[in-house]
Amino acid sequence: MASAAVAVLGLAGCSQQGAGSSAAKAPAAGAAQVSDYSGTVARVRRMTPEQYHNTVAYIFGNDLEVGAPFAPLRRTDGLLASGAASVGITTGELQQLQRSASAIAAQVIDKGSIEQNTPSRRDFLIPCKPADETAADDACATLFVKSMGRLLYRRPLPEARVAEFVAGARKGASDLKNFYSGLAGVIEGMLLDPKVLLIADLTEPDPTHPGKQRLDAYSLASRLSFFLWDAAPDDQLIKDAESGLLFTAKGRAKVVDRMLASPRLEAGVRAFFDDMFGFEDFGNLAKDASVYPMMTGATIKDAREQTLRTVIDQLVTRKMDYRDIYTSRQTFMSPALATVYQVPTKPGWVPYEFPADSPRVGLLTQISFLALHAHPARSSPTYRGKALRERLLCQKVPPPPANVDFSILENPNPLLKTARQRLEAHRANPVCAGCHKITDPMGLALENFDGAGRFRTAEKGADIDTSGALDGKDFKDVVGLGQAMHDHPSLTSCLVRRVYSYAVGGPLSSADDPAITALNTAFGQSGYKLPSLMRMIAASDAFYEIVEPAAETKAAQGSSPVPSEPAAVTK
Amino acid sequence: MNEITRRRVLRGMVDGTAVTVALPFLNIFLNGNGTALADGAKLPVRFGTWAWGLGMNEKIFVPKQKGANWELPEEIESLKNVKQHINLFTRFNGFRDAAPNLCHKTGWVISRAGMAPMNQTDYPGETIDITIAKKIAGPTRFSVLTTTATGNVRDSFSYENANSMSIADYSPLLFYTKLFGEDFQDPNAPEFKANPRVMVRKSVLSGIMDSTKDLGGRVGAEDKARLDQYFTGLRELERQFDQQLQKPEPRAACVVGKAPKDDPQAGLDYQLVGKRHQMMTDLLVMAIACDQTRVFNMAYSQSAAATSKAGYDKPHHTASHEEPVDFDLGYQPQVSWFIRRSMENWAYFVEAFAKMKEGDGHLIDNVLIYATTDQSLARIHSIDNQPMFTAGRAGGRIKAGLHLDGGGSPGTRLGLTAMKVFGIEANSWGTQSNATQKEIGEIVA
Repeated sequence: MASAAVAVLGLAGCSQQGAGSSAAKAPAAGAAQVSDYSGTVARVRRMTPEQYHNTVAYIFGNDLEVGAPFAPLRRTDGLLASGAASVGITTGELQQLQRSASAIAAQVIDKGSIEQNTPSRRDFLIPCKPADETAADDACATLFVKSMGRLLYRRPLPEARVAEFVAGARKGASDLKNFYSGLAGVIEGMLLDPKVLLIADLTEPDPTHPGKQRLDAYSLASRLSFFLWDAAPDDQLIKDAESGLLFTAKGRAKVVDRMLASPRLEAGVRAFFDDMFGFEDFGNLAKDASVYPMMTGATIKDAREQTLRTVIDQLVTRKMDYRDIYTSRQTFMSPALATVYQVPTKPGWVPYEFPADSPRVGLLTQISFLALHAHPARSSPTYRGKALRERLLCQKVPPPPANVDFSILENPNPLLKTARQRLEAHRANPVCAGCHKITDPMGLALENFDGAGRFRTAEKGADIDTSGALDGKDFKDVVGLGQAMHDHPSLTSCLVRRVYSYAVGGPLSSADDPAITALNTAFGQSGYKLPSLMRMIAASDAFYEIVEPAAETKAAQGSSPVPSEPAAVTK
Repeated sequence: MNEITRRRVLRGMVDGTAVTVALPFLNIFLNGNGTALADGAKLPVRFGTWAWGLGMNEKIFVPKQKGANWELPEEIESLKNVKQHINLFTRFNGFRDAAPNLCHKTGWVISRAGMAPMNQTDYPGETIDITIAKKIAGPTRFSVLTTTATGNVRDSFSYENANSMSIADYSPLLFYTKLFGEDFQDPNAPEFKANPRVMVRKSVLSGIMDSTKDLGGRVGAEDKARLDQYFTGLRELERQFDQQLQKPEPRAACVVGKAPKDDPQAGLDYQLVGKRHQMMTDLLVMAIACDQTRVFNMAYSQSAAATSKAGYDKPHHTASHEEPVDFDLGYQPQVSWFIRRSMENWAYFVEAFAKMKEGDGHLIDNVLIYATTDQSLARIHSIDNQPMFTAGRAGGRIKAGLHLDGGGSPGTRLGLTAMKVFGIEANSWGTQSNATQKEIGEIVA
C-alpha cells in the first residue's frame, strides 16, 4: 500500500516514499522484471483537449481551427489526464463538440481560394473525386469513410457501419446537392461518436492466460499511442494491431521503438510534463503590470515554452538523467524572457547556458515555476514550497485550517521586511506552524527570485536569507535546494508514479504497487532515463493485461457519476 | 443628436457601454396587455444565478432595517439603482453537520446543491440551475448558458453531476460566435427557411446514438452510466436540431449587435474582470431576449476570488487573510474595497435585465436570479449567515425590494422557493440539516 499511496505530509514533517530508496539498491542494469506485475484496469477515458487537437491535426492537417470544445478536467491523483477516466460529458459540452465538429468538417471539404490564398484541403484529404460534385457518389464516399473512419475510430469500421455512413453521405449529398457537403455531415457525425471521443479499453479473453482478459489489439494500439504520442494511432500502428504484431514481445518492442523514435514523441512528452507541472494555470496567469511591467503575455507564454523545450532537449533528445534537470544550467532563451533573466540573447529561441556562478540552477529557477507559484505582485514561498512537494515529489500538503486568522502576515510592524520574517511571525501560531514547516523551508530558498522570477538580493532594503532544508538536507541557497531535489528519493519515484498513471490512463491503487516498485528499480538501473522508463512500461506484457479494479480505486473515483434525480430533492 | 435606434443602443450594450435609454418596442409582437406574445403564448420566465466570492463585512453589508423599507449600508450602496428589483437575504445558514468546513467550497455547494461536501474532491451531484433547466429549458437552443467574468473556463458553479461540470463561457468573442454565429436563427426574420444542413446533421445522429448504446454495452457499470449521460446529451442535441427546423417565435427585444472587436486581455485586475463581466452580461441578456436560453449562470469571480488591483500586492482572497482589521473601521478596508467592486458588478448585472424592454415591462420582470457567495466573513472562512440575493419578479410570482432576515434558518429555503416558483414538485430540498420543506413565503407574490 505504502508505495502506491500519495504521501500525506504530517504536521511534524515529511514522510518519504521508499520506492526511490529501493532504486538506489537496485541490482545491475537489465535485471529488472517489470513484467512481474499482473496488469492494469480497463478504463473509458475522454480525450483530453490536446489529444483531440493532435489527433485532428495528424489526420486532417495541423492548420485546422479546432476550437475548445471540452470541459476542463479535474486533477486526479496528480494529473488532469487521470481525471479523464471519470469525467462525464454534459449536454452543453456535446453542443460545443458538435460546433467544433461542424467547423472541422467544413475545413476538411474546403475547396480553397486563390484570392484568399487558402489551400484546397479536399484535394489532398479526400482520396478520390466524385463523378459529379453535385450528386452522391457511393464509391468515392466509401473510400473516404473507410480510410478516415479507420483513423478516427482507431480501428477498421465494420462493413455495416461503413454502409450507414455512405448512406448518410448519399442523403446529405442529395439534400444539399453537393457531394462534399454530404461528406461533411458524415465527418461531423464521426467526430461526435463516443467511440471516437472516448478512449475505451475494450477487452477480450487472453489466449495465453486462460481465464484472464487482455486489451484487444486496437485498444492496445490506442493505449500506446495516447501514452507516447498524445494522439490516436497512425496507419502503421493500426496495421501492427491488425497483423497481431502487438501481441508478441518482440513485435511489441519493435513497435514501441518505432514510436519512441518518431517525431510525435515530442508531443507526447510535452503533454505529459505540461500536465504534471500544472501548466494549465498559465492560461490565466497575469502579473501586476505596475509591479512587473516586463511580464507581458509573450513573457508568460515563453516561460511555459522554455521549460518544455528544456525538458524535451535534456530528457528526450539528449536522454539525460531526469534528476539533472533540477541542477542543470542549460536551457533556451527568447528575447521576451531575456528581459526578465537580464541576460543578452538573439532573436528567436536559442540555446543558453547560465554561468557556473549563476543562481539559475535547474527548473525551479526558471520563470515558469517562480512566476506560476507566486502572487500577482509578490513572491510566495508557501505556494512554491507546496508546488514543489505536490507536483514534483507527489506529496500532499494539508489544506490550511478553516478558522485561522492569517493577518499577522501583514503585520504593520515595519521591522518585518522580508517574507521569511513575516512567515516566522505567522508560524508563531502553532496551528499555522504545522503546514508552513512543510512548505516554507524550501520555498524561502527561492526568495532570491521575486514574483516574476527576477533575481534580487534584498526585499524592502533587507538582505534575503535563502537558507533552508528539504526533508533533512540543509542548504544555504537555491543551488543547494536544486541538489537536494536531485538527491531526493521521491523525485524519481514521483515521476514513475505519474508516468505510469499517465500511461494506463487513470489514478493508481494498491494493485499497482508491484508495478511501481518494479519500475522504480528499473528506472534507477537505466540511469533515470525517461525514454527507458516509457519503453519499459509500453513494452511490458502487463501493459495489455487487464485486472479488476482494486476496491479503493472504486471508492476514490467518487460518487456515482450520473444520478437520475438530484440527490437532495425529495418528492 | 441623431435618433437613437434600437440597433444602435444594442450595439452599445454589446460593447460593454452602460445604456440608459429604454428600447423602442415593437408592439406588433405582443397581445393587448403586453404580458404575452401575439399568439397568446406567455412570455417565458427564466432562472439565472450570479456568484461572487468572499462574502461580506456584516457590519457594513447587512441593513439595519427589515422588510420593504431598508437602507443600503455602505458596502452595498452601489445597489441603489436596482434596489427595487432585488431581495437581500441575511441570517440564513448553511449547515456542515459532520462535514469539515472546506474553505471556499462548503458555502457555495450548500447554496447551489443543498449539501455539505465531505472533502475537496466531493462535488455537487446536481446544482439548482440544472434541476430547474430540466423543467423549463424546453424549446430553447441552449438548456443552460454558463458564463464567467474571470476568463477561466474552470470557474463554473454549475454541475450536471459530480463528474460533470458545466463549461463556463469565458471569452466574449467566442461567446458571441456561439450565440449569434452561423447557427443563430433570427426570431424576427421575415422569412424562415429550415437549414438543410441541420436536417443532414439530424439524420447522422441516429447512428451515433446506436453507437453509444453499443459501447455502453461493452463497458463496466460506472462507465455505462457515463455513456447513458452521453446518450441523454445526444437526445438533447437531436431536440435542438428539431427546434432549429421550426420557425422561432418572434422576440421583439432580440436585436443582435456586432461582435466584440477583442477580448479583454487575460488577468484578474478588477478593471479587466469588470470589462469582461459587462461584455458577457450584455451578450447573455441579449441571448435571453432572443430566447436562446431560459437558464443562465454568471460567475463574477471564483469562490476564493483572486481579483486584484494594480499597485496593491494582494489579490482579494490573499487580502482577506493577510490584511489587518482596521480597529477604527472594524473591518479590513482593502477587502471591503474588493467586495464593493463585486457589488457594483452585481448592480450592473441586474440593471442590464432591468433596462431590456420586454412586453410592457422589462426582462427583469420575467426572471428570477439567485445570487450566492462562498463565505460570510472570509477572513475566518465563516459560512454562518452567508448573504444571498434574488433579482427579478419571475413573471409576477416573486416580490422584490425586500430585506429578509432568516433568523438562522436554512439558506436552502431560498433554493426550494425558486424550485417551486418554476413548478418543480419538490417537498423538500437539501440534505441533513440543510434539508428544508419551508419556502420563504414573504417573497412569494
